[in-house]
Amino acid sequence: MWRDHLTEIIVFSLLFLLVSAMGFVAARWRAPKDMGHLDEWGLGGRSFGGWITWFLVGGDLYTAYTFVAVPALMFGAGAAGFFAVPYTIVIYPLVFLVLCRLWSVSHRHGFVTPADFVRRRFDSPILALLIAITGIVATMPYIALQLVGIEAVLKTMGVTGDSAVARHLPIIIAFAILAAYTYQSGLRAPALIAFVKDALIYIVILVAVVYLPYKLGGWGSIFDAADAKFKASPAPNDGILLNGNNQLQYVTLALGSALALFLYPHSITGVLASRNRDVIKRNMSALPAYSLLLGLIALLGYMAIAAGVKPLPGAKAGSVDSNTVVPVLFDQQFPDWFAGVAYAAIGIGALVPAAIMSIAAANLFTRNIYKEYLKRDATPAQEANVSKITSLVVKVGAVACIVFLDPQFSIDLQLIGGVIILQTLPAVALGLYTRWFHRGALIAGWAAGMGLGMWMLYQVANPTTGKKHFAGSAFPLSDFGFDTKRTIYVGIVAVLVNLAVAALLTLVLRAAKVADGADGTTPDDYFADEGDPRVTPGADRDAESAREPVA
Amino acid sequence: MAAPEPEAPEAPTATRSRAKDHSPWNWLLFVPIVVPLIPAFFNGDSPRLFGFPRFYWLQLAWILLGVATTTLVYQMTKKKRGER
Repeated sequence: MWRDHLTEIIVFSLLFLLVSAMGFVAARWRAPKDMGHLDEWGLGGRSFGGWITWFLVGGDLYTAYTFVAVPALMFGAGAAGFFAVPYTIVIYPLVFLVLCRLWSVSHRHGFVTPADFVRRRFDSPILALLIAITGIVATMPYIALQLVGIEAVLKTMGVTGDSAVARHLPIIIAFAILAAYTYQSGLRAPALIAFVKDALIYIVILVAVVYLPYKLGGWGSIFDAADAKFKASPAPNDGILLNGNNQLQYVTLALGSALALFLYPHSITGVLASRNRDVIKRNMSALPAYSLLLGLIALLGYMAIAAGVKPLPGAKAGSVDSNTVVPVLFDQQFPDWFAGVAYAAIGIGALVPAAIMSIAAANLFTRNIYKEYLKRDATPAQEANVSKITSLVVKVGAVACIVFLDPQFSIDLQLIGGVIILQTLPAVALGLYTRWFHRGALIAGWAAGMGLGMWMLYQVANPTTGKKHFAGSAFPLSDFGFDTKRTIYVGIVAVLVNLAVAALLTLVLRAAKVADGADGTTPDDYFADEGDPRVTPGADRDAESAREPVA
Repeated sequence: MAAPEPEAPEAPTATRSRAKDHSPWNWLLFVPIVVPLIPAFFNGDSPRLFGFPRFYWLQLAWILLGVATTTLVYQMTKKKRGER
């Protein structure tokens, strides 16, 4: 009952209110002359330095859902859940050079979204539209999942009700506040809040990894408790180590997720908001600090096993909500006030990515649908306005997903989201390096990858939970006719097919001399840095602020 | 984008020297991409370190490998001051 958690609720609410106030004040932080421009509202003026970028991108990539779901996966499946660590290690060297190129070309041409880049590079509104829609569809369930993170915390604090509306009222209020300050302050709001969020998370986790092992008899006994639990369970693929059948899945999932992460519109938004190439490169060295944090957070799942945590019941009778594992662990082991701080860290941790994701989705809609198809002569002020309103619509949609649909639906969609966003890899990531692919071939490759990916996800079943479709991303290779029990990550297979189709069709279309459009970028654009002028004067908000003298 | 195209974008910067990403140091970046993805290295229990099985401490240690490599590559490929 909520009365037993009064201290937690008070601490949680106070921190939440503090952060909301910061969100509104953020509009005045590093304020521009004119907020009525998408560069200001949607990219914070493209002016963030090293520290802000570190907090912003870190707060953006390592979301509340991650903090709740990864330990829940460790709790349930063991070693397989630790893929989050190699995943967040390989990503930085992988994108070290790629993102600098994207930043440079976007700086020169005033691109706000990856689809803007594809539009100019491949001269294809259709391909750009596909990229934009893919981005929006992949991002929406991700926003909804941030609510699942908050909900796990609220549930543990006993803030629940019988009717659907009563149960969801706190989330609706939280998102209404979030929507209001994002509308007002744009990307500056999550950038400022990220400082508080990350500070809280670091404090909570450092305390947890020192204090909890001390209480639970040391790390050795925590791992032994987990080992004993998995040995006793009948599931074939759990354990504190990998077995012969899930190693391929582990590695391909880590690699595929890393490739997908920086294709998500919200990560690109965070990167484009930085001031220059050096900021990005330095951050690629500094962001792994969050990976260490994530690794330690993952191990909370084992601590929960050692502490004998029982997750709270789920929405349906007889099911359990494994996302409550970490909140229940904190509730059991920490004093009330500190558990309140930890819950606030998770709750606020949901707000930062939710704000950035809604801004990214809104930018995609504005630049690549509204401006391309609805109002071609939109002024920068109109663009900013449309984006602000779209960000509200996106959030209402996310809340509706959680209130009216089974949260499992959002989880399934997010699973699909990772696979479909990977299908933009040839056009966006490889497109930064080469114009070799034919635009028509890229569209065909995208379609092939999407189709195959969806079919494969549909086939994945989980006998222990009784789900027949969309039960995970580990595709049994035996379904392709191989005589093996190994599984592989769906996204990797889909994107390889996508690439193969794009490459083959490029050869065909070139041989048939089908028109390929013009490339609107020059090789030099990919190395531009702070201080270089824009090539599209029409998109500047005013001449002097964007066109700095060349040093 | 639907914005009216500017008349022939000038390329005033084409001749200036830039830090391009062709440095051989960049090949080093493949090390922290490939090494963490080889399960044979980390998929074992012993030796344990502070109670952590090898699976866990070694993968956490790859974070340092990643940081060291990206930092090294950044330092070695950085633009020299005053070059541009």
